[in-house]
Amino acid sequence: MGLMGTGILKGLGVTLRHFIDTYAEDLKYVLNKSGARQPRPLRRQSPKNKGLVTVEYPRERLPLPENFRYVPFLVYDTEKQDDKCTSCGICAKVCPPQCIWIVRTEDPVTKRPVPQPKEFYIDTTICMNCGYCAEFCPFDAIKMDHDYELSYYPDQEPHARLVHDKSRLTKPDTYHASIHPTDWRRELEDRAAEEAKKKAAAEAKAKADAAKPAGGAAPAAKPAPAPGAARSSAPEPDKPAQADTGKSSSE
Amino acid sequence: MAEETTHPTPAEPAAAPKAAPAAKPASPAATKPAAAKPAGHAAPKGPPLATLTPELVQLQQHFGENVITPAPYVGVLVNDLNKLREVMTYVRDQLGFDMLANVTAVDYIKEGYIQVVYHPQRSKGGQPITIKVRVPRGSDPVAPTEVAVPSLTPIYAGAEFQEREIYDMYGVRFEGHPDLRRILTWEGFYGWPLRKDWHEPYYEGDTKPFDSRWPGGHHQLAEERVPWADNVNYPPGFDPLNFNANPDAGLYDSMLSGVPHAQVEPNGHAQQAPQPKGVGAAVPVYDRNHNNLADEEELQTDQIIVNMGPQHPSTHGVLRMVVKLDGETVTDLKLALGYLHRNHEKIGERNTWLHNIPYTDRLDYICGIANELGYVITVEKMMGIKPTERAEYLRVIMAELTRIQSHFWAIGFLLNDLGAFYTPALYFITERDLILDLFESVSGSRLMCNYMRFGGVSRDFTEEQIAHARELAFDRIPRKIDELEQLLTDNEIIKARTIGVGYLPAERSINYSLTGPCLRAAGVPYDIRRVDPYSIYDRFDFEIPVFYGADVYDRYRVRVAEMRQSLRIVQQALNQLDQTKPGDIQAGKKAYNHRVPAGEAYGRVETPKGELGFYLVSDGGQNPYRYHVRSSSFINLNSLKEMVVGHKVADAVVILGSLDIVLGEVDR
Ligand code: SF4
Ligand code: SF4
Repeated sequence: MGLMGTGILKGLGVTLRHFIDTYAEDLKYVLNKSGARQPRPLRRQSPKNKGLVTVEYPRERLPLPENFRYVPFLVYDTEKQDDKCTSCGICAKVCPPQCIWIVRTEDPVTKRPVPQPKEFYIDTTICMNCGYCAEFCPFDAIKMDHDYELSYYPDQEPHARLVHDKSRLTKPDTYHASIHPTDWRRELEDRAAEEAKKKAAAEAKAKADAAKPAGGAAPAAKPAPAPGAARSSAPEPDKPAQADTGKSSSE
Repeated sequence: MAEETTHPTPAEPAAAPKAAPAAKPASPAATKPAAAKPAGHAAPKGPPLATLTPELVQLQQHFGENVITPAPYVGVLVNDLNKLREVMTYVRDQLGFDMLANVTAVDYIKEGYIQVVYHPQRSKGGQPITIKVRVPRGSDPVAPTEVAVPSLTPIYAGAEFQEREIYDMYGVRFEGHPDLRRILTWEGFYGWPLRKDWHEPYYEGDTKPFDSRWPGGHHQLAEERVPWADNVNYPPGFDPLNFNANPDAGLYDSMLSGVPHAQVEPNGHAQQAPQPKGVGAAVPVYDRNHNNLADEEELQTDQIIVNMGPQHPSTHGVLRMVVKLDGETVTDLKLALGYLHRNHEKIGERNTWLHNIPYTDRLDYICGIANELGYVITVEKMMGIKPTERAEYLRVIMAELTRIQSHFWAIGFLLNDLGAFYTPALYFITERDLILDLFESVSGSRLMCNYMRFGGVSRDFTEEQIAHARELAFDRIPRKIDELEQLLTDNEIIKARTIGVGYLPAERSINYSLTGPCLRAAGVPYDIRRVDPYSIYDRFDFEIPVFYGADVYDRYRVRVAEMRQSLRIVQQALNQLDQTKPGDIQAGKKAYNHRVPAGEAYGRVETPKGELGFYLVSDGGQNPYRYHVRSSSFINLNSLKEMVVGHKVADAVVILGSLDIVLGEVDR
């Protein structure tokens, strides 16, 4: 144990080291030595940094990892000019606090449901940011957002601000691609694979058809999209993809 | 432990209306060829009875088959309430189950009884046994039960808070309990919130998902949908204007007079408190060994009652310690809990099995991952599935990093309680944040990770994340733990303040069901990862650190040593991770609508705070019929009084800090 007080001195040494490290770190930042200047938030997240780094929010922000999740948004397919959501209701069922509300669209003539939501609400006062809706949606139609600053001024309509309706929830897929590059890549691959499968099926069918009538170009009908356009059609809305992502689950 | 049962068993506890069609007997069983029911059973009604373990067979032989009968699914039923204490004494002394891990109750509303379930275990290790008793629930929904269960507090001190909780939630009376008051709700609460016929405000339905959300989900705020008044029950003749609850009268009076609180009458909810003597009444003075030091006339001392909390930085959240002080010395202590009570268990019974995973994050919100692990392994046990290899490794890595960051936090705030305000805490929070950065990039959230799934985990580690974890585990954290020890372990002030403070010897700790680092600091090498291994902990080389001082200092040292052992586990797991298949993180198909075979299970894990247990009962449906959380923070608080009495009030703060409680888990 040694002399009385040595333990305290040892501890003070640690405090001193932290003190010096912190100033050295700041000095490096200010002097921008050898171009090693790194934004503070990045240094704060690096296991290599020394000393204490304070990130001055809101002037500086910690970079968000791709998986970061905050209240969800609906993805709008900019290519097809359509909502990706088919109003299948899976997200409303898996939502633990039950804060997703969906009204299906009805065909005005047949009164049959059309795979598109008429109304879509997420009550962000209740949403627990669990991410289940995005994880279990079989159509990649709902994703978790990176925007965590949802407060509003009192003169704004509070209902409109905290209970997000469809117009507020909908964001283009380009935005989704920008914040979730990996996920987006995976989606494109899935889609390309799906299309290749469809094309193969169509070709097989065409071959079979070609065996009977000579010139009837049957496959020109619906499937067979322009080859090469990787990010073209998602699964046909009226023919919900059967296990297209491998994520969908049996009811 | 969970009995393997197939679904079509006519679900015994099928109260949920939704489950009713599923519980139609015979017809589904006929379609399922795999209904492996022993044909010999004369009555196909009712759930299968448990096969008894050797200990339970011995118990049955000793007390006879009239007293002890096999219970449905698991454990035995004690048929004679008057024999319960005798049985439990035998269980403790002859069978060696010296620690009452868990006590809870289940409301079988259809059958008309409430079942109290005991899980005693051996501090030497092994599986707990299950012992059950039944009391009629009575027809009056607001009166406590007519029949009282003998309290086990004389046999297991750890039963005190748990029995109070059962009384509070189910209205089961416990005969001979020293202080049977409500514990999580307040004294004026009307009704028994975990009974199946009690509905919360904004009640919408017994089980989720609610039909109103899809396909006709026009949004409505909860307040508009179900007006507050519709669902709140008031006692008859309740007049809000003349209402004077004075809920703490009983608490203060019992502390001042030294007379235990009046027993609850079987017919009335109202409780008779002893007449108040007034604060400041002269009372005898005792020293630590309970010797009366002097007569009141001689010394003329007053004892006063002080409320510490609920809003107080030293109580780590909203906890109220009511202390009786003689000068600066604490002579008595009682806790007022429940400020953070949201009836987690009721919410859990409304939820589907999957819904509950993110809710468990909110129990002990410092170590969400550890809670999730406890829940998913219990459900996996009931479903009979196993996660993939890779998922097992990822679970262990995340759980052990959780232990490290939680101990950093606990030690930092222990130093706060000692008066070293925030300098050490800040150093450790820096390290903790680096671990949370990893959690965030893997799972999407720093604290509410929602990472575990039944049969797997939600996301794989990428190469960068593995590199980040390796950097932390092999370089940064080991260095920082050394630095932490340099800063604190030999510090003379810390030693003077902590050595010998908060002493609770091993036998008392066991009797109080104390678990976690506090128990291991008392010399009991009890760690669930060793005594009842789960996941893949049996593959790693690590030690269970044990110290023998049973005081605050050794609780600190145990935590430091455990961080080092956790690092060893993380390092081994990271090294073995590349032997598993990347991306293979989910066993079977990913699903959201699990049905868990009817049955029950008690599953437990070692969280940084101690033993976290889940007692789950399934009726074969999509929602748990019973969802009970055995929380170590809550049960560890049971022994706080014995640790604190005799110390100065400033030490009370430190002792509480050394228990490392999180109020989200205490109050649930
Ligand atoms: S799960 Fe996806 S497709 Fe189905 S309703 Fe929700 S967002 Fe729309
Ligand atoms: S993140 Fe979770 S709580 Fe929020 S809307 Fe999605 S499923 Fe519901």
